Parts: sequence; structure tokens; C-alpha cells
Amino acid sequence: MTPISKTLMVVAALAVAGCSNPDRFGSGSGAGMGAGGSGFGMDGVASDPRSVAYFNQTVGDRVLFAVDQSTLSDTARATLDGQARWLMDNPEYSATIEGHADEQGTREYNLALGARRANAAQEYLISRGVSPARLRTVSYGKERPIEICSNEACYSQNRRAVTVIAAGAGV
Amino acid sequence: MLRVLTPLFALALGAMLVPAAGLAQGGPLRIEIDEGVIEPLPFAVPDFVAENAAAAEFARNIARVVAADLAGTGLFREIPAEAHLARVTNFASPVQYSDWKAINAQALITGAVSVDGNGRLNVKFRLFDIYSEAPLGDGLQFGGSAANWRRVAHKVADQVYSRITGEGGYFDSRVVFVAETGPKNARQKRLAIMDYDGANVQYLTDAASIVLAPRFSPTGDRVLYTSYESGFPRIYVLDLATGGRRGLDDQPGSMTFAPRFAPDGRRVVFSLAQGGNTDLYELDLSNGRRTRLTSAPSIETAPSYSPDGRQIVFESDRSGVPQIYVMAASGGEARRISFGQGRYGTPVWSPRGDYIAFTKQHQGRFHIGVMRTDGSEERLLTASFLDEGPSWAPNGRVIMFTRESAGAEGAPALFSVDITGRNLRRVPVQGSASDPSWSPLLP
Repeated sequence: MTPISKTLMVVAALAVAGCSNPDRFGSGSGAGMGAGGSGFGMDGVASDPRSVAYFNQTVGDRVLFAVDQSTLSDTARATLDGQARWLMDNPEYSATIEGHADEQGTREYNLALGARRANAAQEYLISRGVSPARLRTVSYGKERPIEICSNEACYSQNRRAVTVIAAGAGV
Repeated sequence: MLRVLTPLFALALGAMLVPAAGLAQGGPLRIEIDEGVIEPLPFAVPDFVAENAAAAEFARNIARVVAADLAGTGLFREIPAEAHLARVTNFASPVQYSDWKAINAQALITGAVSVDGNGRLNVKFRLFDIYSEAPLGDGLQFGGSAANWRRVAHKVADQVYSRITGEGGYFDSRVVFVAETGPKNARQKRLAIMDYDGANVQYLTDAASIVLAPRFSPTGDRVLYTSYESGFPRIYVLDLATGGRRGLDDQPGSMTFAPRFAPDGRRVVFSLAQGGNTDLYELDLSNGRRTRLTSAPSIETAPSYSPDGRQIVFESDRSGVPQIYVMAASGGEARRISFGQGRYGTPVWSPRGDYIAFTKQHQGRFHIGVMRTDGSEERLLTASFLDEGPSWAPNGRVIMFTRESAGAEGAPALFSVDITGRNLRRVPVQGSASDPSWSPLLP
């Protein structure tokens, strides 16, 4: 076997191990699997306040940001207040907060900006009493837009921090 | 299997040719690139002479690649074979200058190819200045495996380019980039490598994880890149000869990205985000020691070393919007060098040390530009919905970058442009591609 195909096999093996979460970019669909989910329906039904589906749809899994900004609006804080309450009521879950940017910016800067946004949401949740051990952050920069048009209607939805709930109390 | 990077051998055809001493230099066959060429120099490249039957196909294909390299610069224009009055059937025969003058060729490239029993290629070429009626430089011959025939052709074209422009060549080089497939909100990305002209694409990773912004090492043997295979952006180094790769930084709770080699190939500068703040760090590859270079609440990213390794140019929003700064490679006080309107990012120091290429965003448009290393003489080379991520050709005269189209069907492609702003062209790669990084000239 050539060295390069060995590499590809290693990559492929890692991919299988880490690919249980196809819906983690926050499409908002209740049908999506939660992180670590083993199958359809894992998120439960949105009428159950303890379900991940309830968190995603009723509490709201995301907050939006102004251009280039990582400060939290009143609306964002209200959403995060709800997220903090839900997380404290449901201690068996942990969360990864994904920071995203719109496409108007360089790849590198947007990665850093996404990190800022995810951190702003994380800090707020901690300030509302969520244990830091249950939270972690990742930035996707402009790599995973949720809306794909190239104007402000889409950009405003893409400048977001999405709280992705996963089973397990700690990270 | 990666194509080998074994050096091609080259030697002067001293005994084969009439010595060209005195005629090789100072002739009128000269292009001054800095002046910006408006009228490309007409040249002719007849099919090379096949010295045995096995060489027939190579003889034609090598001439075609040489012609494409030269014409692709925008500095030269090929006079097609249909217009030629003379045929070159014997490499050693004297050139009938009048035949080439009659069709207004200013440069003539002739060559001959043989293939030995072991499949090794031997390619000879000569360059003639038609108006001076003299060779320009010595004849040369190159050898290599037949599989490397395109590299041999690029070597010939680099020689021609260098002799006529006085600049280093850049055709025998490769580009590592990100090949993209799939819809905009679920793009799949793979590292890939190709010849500078889009030929010989090979994939280096599969599409399981997002990969970003590969960067060649100064000797072209390794590639730095960012991958999400751990679930978080982290920097990796890939050895092109062995395919082996390793993560360079796996501190929990941090993300690393935007890596770039120092000119000595032993250190890496990169961005590390922790607690929402992004700063620059240097990693010593020999001992894994990490040194923090900046410590500010602002974003510091997209670092690039000067060719002497003593300075780093980078992007920071410490003034409120992203701008370009220069500091010592050891960190410390930074000096802002971009002062125009708009936002500046992804600065890259030219391998010649004379310019810094950058991305500029202003009034909803993106530009690739160059400026002197003190920020003076800013010049925008391109404009579009989204241009970003310049990478220098090995001779510091051409820049390759990503151009992404707008809208739901928007997709990225690779483009190149001269530092004069001329000769904007799409690099012919199948499918979508982004984040090019140009290798040094191959050995």
C-alpha cells in the first residue's frame, strides 16, 4: 500500500467514528439527530419540555449578531436566559456552542470572529449559572452558512451562535 | 501515489552548439515585466524533433506545454504552427532566421526528444533571438522519467521565460488547494495538489472533515493545513513524500488555524483562539515549544513571515476594523501599514521581499492587492463579489487567489493575476477550488 492511501484510510476511519451528527449546523429541523444520537427521533417531541426538540424549537437554540459584532442583543440575552434555565433543569445534557460568520469576510478573520461569538454566548450562559464543565465552543467561521443567498436577509441568519445539545453531563 | 519530486537533471549542451558567448546577453529580445507588457512577444515553438519512435508523442506534447506556459503569462503570444514557413526536422541544423522573421516571430524555441530503453526522457532545447539572428543562451538538456514529461516541459519554459524577462521562472511548480463539492451550506472539502497549470490533480485527504487553507513549506516537501477532524479546527502538517501527518497543537479548549511556515521550515506561526480571543503563536517543530507572540483582546490572525524570517506581517482588528500590521518575528510592538479605506486581511509577504499581497474589502466588494512592505504604493489588482487569500508564485510576479461567485449557486474557483494587474485568468481546475498555496520552484 502506498503511504498516501494509508493516510486516507486513517482519515476515513476517523470520519466514521466522528460522524454521528449530521445535523449539527442548526438547521432547526426537529427531525435532526442530536449530537451523539443513535437514530431518528432522539431529540424527542417538541411538546416535551425536557426534549432537545423543545430546546431547539421553543427555547431557541441560536442567537444572532450584527455585522462584525459579538455583543449580545436584548433578544439574544433573552434566548440565552431560556437556554440557561433549560440546561439547569436538564443536567444530564451538555452543550457545544458553535460560532458562525457570514461570507463577507476572509476565512481566517471569520474563524476568529466565530470564536468570539461562541464565547460571548458561553460566557453569558456561565454567568446565568450553567457549569463551565458542561459547555464548550467551536468556530466554523463562514464554512457552514445556514442560509445560502448573498444578501443581508441570509447574512443576518448566518451570523449566529448555535447551542447544540448533547447527551452527557460533562464535556 | 504522489508524483516524485526528484530533481530533474539539466546540463548545458556545450559541445553540441556553436558557443553563444557574447550573443547570449544584451540582445533586444527582452521583456521588462515591471513596465507592464501591452503587446505580447510573438514566439514560435514547432513540435520538438522526435529522435526515436518512442519519443514521437512526447515531442509534440512537450512543445504544446512550453507554448501554453509562455502564452499563459500574457507576456508572450504564440504564432501557431499553421503559420510557420519552415519545419524543424533536425535539431542540429542551422536555423533559417528569414523564415521566422517573415512571420514576425521574435523568439524561436526548438527541441528534440528521445526516450531510452528504461523509459527515461532526454529533452534538448535551444532558444533563438530571431532579429539578432543568434541563440539566446546555451542549449540545455533535461532528463527525467517519461512520467515527468510535463515537468521537463515546464523546465524548458522556465528557461525561456527567465532568459527573456530576467526574472526567475515559475512553471515547474505545484499548487496545494482545497477541492470543494456539494451545496453551499454543506460543502465538502478535500486537500488536493496539482501542477501550477491545473494538471495532475491528486487528493490528499478525503471529504470527511472540513479542511482549510493549506500552506507549502519553503522546500515544498510538507503542507500545513487546518482540519476539523477532531471536531475543532486544529493545525496539521502533512509530509508529501510519505503521506504521514500529525496534529501540531491539541490543547483542549483551544482552536488553532491560519498556520504558515517560517522560511527556515523549522518554525510555524499560527492563530490560537481561546476564551473567544485569537492571538498569534509560534511553534518550534523540532521540540514542540510554543511561544506566544501577541497578547491583545483583539483578533490577530493570518500571519506571514518576511523572506528573511525576521518579521511577521499579520491581520488585526485592534483599531476597530481589520488592518495589516508588521512586527518582529519574536513578537512585541507592531506597526500598522495599511491606511486606505476599507478592511484589510490575509497579508502575504512576497518571496522576493518587495511586496505584501493582501485581501481588501471595501463597499461590498473584495480586492486582491499589493503594497510595499511599509504600506506605500498600494495597488488593487482585482475586484469582485469575493476575492481572497492571495498566494505568490515562486518568482513573486504572479498571484493566485480564490474568487467566489455570489448567490445560492455561488462557488469558488482559482484565479491568477500579474502584480501589474494584467492577465487575470481562471486556473483550469475541474470543479470548485479554493485556498491555493503555491510551492517554491521544484528542484
